[in-house]
Amino acid sequence: MPVFINASSRVLVQGMTGREGRKHTQRMIMSGTRILGGVTPGKSGESVLFEEDPVPVFGSMAEAVAATGADVSVVFVPPKFAKAAVLEAVEAEIGLCVVITEGIPVRDSIEFLTAARASGTRVIGPNCPGLISPGKSNVGIIPAHISGQGRIGLVSKSGTLTYQMMYELRDHGFSTAVGIGGDPVVGTTHIDVLQAFQDDPDTDIIVMIGEIGGDAEERAADYIAANITKPVIGYVAGFTAPPGRTMGHAGAIITGSAGTAAAKKEALEASGVLVGETPSLTAQLVRDAIAELRSSRS
Amino acid sequence: MDLLEYQARDLFERGGVPVLAGRTATTPQEAVEAYKSLGADLAVVKAQVRTGGRGKAGGVKLARGEEAVLKTATEILNLTIKEHRVETVMLSPAADIAEEFYFSILLDRASGGYLAMCSVEGGVEIETLALERPEALVKVPLDPVEGITPAVAARIVEEAGFLPDDHGPIVEVLQQLWQVFREADATLVEVNPLVKTGDGRIIALDGKVTLDANAAFRHPEWDEYEEAAATVDLERQARDLNLNYVKLDGTVGVIGNGAGLVMSTLDVVAAAGLELPGQPHPANFLDIGGGASAAVMANGLRIIMSDPQVKSVFVNVFGGITACSDVANGIVNALEMLGEEARLPIVVRLDGNSVEVGKAILSEANLPLITVKNTMDEAARAAARFAAEEN
Repeated sequence: MPVFINASSRVLVQGMTGREGRKHTQRMIMSGTRILGGVTPGKSGESVLFEEDPVPVFGSMAEAVAATGADVSVVFVPPKFAKAAVLEAVEAEIGLCVVITEGIPVRDSIEFLTAARASGTRVIGPNCPGLISPGKSNVGIIPAHISGQGRIGLVSKSGTLTYQMMYELRDHGFSTAVGIGGDPVVGTTHIDVLQAFQDDPDTDIIVMIGEIGGDAEERAADYIAANITKPVIGYVAGFTAPPGRTMGHAGAIITGSAGTAAAKKEALEASGVLVGETPSLTAQLVRDAIAELRSSRS
Repeated sequence: MDLLEYQARDLFERGGVPVLAGRTATTPQEAVEAYKSLGADLAVVKAQVRTGGRGKAGGVKLARGEEAVLKTATEILNLTIKEHRVETVMLSPAADIAEEFYFSILLDRASGGYLAMCSVEGGVEIETLALERPEALVKVPLDPVEGITPAVAARIVEEAGFLPDDHGPIVEVLQQLWQVFREADATLVEVNPLVKTGDGRIIALDGKVTLDANAAFRHPEWDEYEEAAATVDLERQARDLNLNYVKLDGTVGVIGNGAGLVMSTLDVVAAAGLELPGQPHPANFLDIGGGASAAVMANGLRIIMSDPQVKSVFVNVFGGITACSDVANGIVNALEMLGEEARLPIVVRLDGNSVEVGKAILSEANLPLITVKNTMDEAARAAARFAAEEN
């Protein structure tokens, strides 16, 4: 059982008619995702062709959910309109809303995340690459060809480090990889995903990738010590980042003495998580841990 | 994006928050003019820098009379405080301070909301206060839409332990500061100290404001802040080219795609450099994003190579959606576009989508500046070695 999505997930694309939305909808369809429609205000009744197959466009999430019974939406709309799009998804009672859009004002994110929490909608992101359960479903922009199915679960703030790690471990494969996003405030945290992997019978081992900023990794470390029995291997980026400078992601900033990579690594190690020095060395730790799991079972 | 004190003061004033008069100056002569226009006998001259501890560094001084102002402003404008050169000073009338308080509103990442913090013991570093006297610091989570209502403000002043006589004016200031915080799309508004003067007025004496850069699209008025914020010329140039660039102090230029991968690349380069003479380390952070077209690659290489400190360049690209063949063509074309400007050894590591084709393109182009390595770790070592040899 993959995490958050599965082969029968029915997906709507908010902003499908835009350039990015169209490009990634094509890629999601190619990797087996069931895309039931797009949503763009004012374009109700239109359709978009993907390899000759028309996908209908709806004018609102309410209309789209009523017509398709979709349970997942993925958001590609520009930052200016993202809050309205997510609030629409929340009101339409979609179960999972994956927000790819980068550059949403944090005030807007807080408002839609507050509404989502109140209504029980899970939001992943914003500013995230989405999630993939290889061979089953792919919601977002993670390239499907990097790695196949396997028994590693991966959770990461960073898109490209997710790809890098999936590529390094493509011979083992992944149950699900979840990119939670690099903004200071996100809907789904490391902890949420760790818990989902702990409960997932198809996941044997968990890779957690963090980066500077905030204390999400430290809190995840406490959570791991108390609740996670599966092996967790960690990686943290940003040891050389100077304080006070944002490193690409809006959330990747060291403020005062808080949010340093060293503090995160230390907290994770104190919870029994092995933390790799580089992505490749982290992948090696994962291989070693898998070998150990196998030998302990045989 | 952090505002300077005078910018925060102006923002407060526009929001109705009581502040002292303030005049800025970038030369000692301007400071004298500012002093005269203030019309105060005793003035305080304050360095405008984006760092704390300026008082201890001699960046805040009182001056009485034009001659003293000229001398004081000259001294302060010559200071460099924690690597921040003082380019501007602000002059204000000296305040008659009876009591100092602390107040802030900030983004609380852990709860995904906003938090108000308040203390009747202001004027000290808040980290120190939080550590040594946590019971003196009141923390109140805020509803993200409602914010500081009269009831919330009343609760804050009550819990913080203000004297009943002060409740009225402080409740009003807290609400005004919330309005400033919200309307400015801030992630931090800190007033330290918030003071009560000898004649009983409440004044925001020093302010720190951080704005959410993602909200710039709805704040055209921020252009002036952004112009002032990029203190390094290269960062200004990079911003004009829409490149996500941060200048660091090392000799190995770094280009990559994706913030996480570039951060990781910096770490790997720094670690590789530790073993080498001169310990070469990263010269910059530069994320060229997903596309990695020839034009973007050329712009990135140009910015990095125009940094006189840089001795070698490491291009680290993972082809996820982007094909490595496109990236390789981008590098080849970029070097053509740069011509003589491309003067430094470039170590390239490509992985992922179409990596073999990408490597073949680079090897066929047979460019003397380019070295291709198979892994990120090997490439980082090679780039650091080139930088060490150049020393």
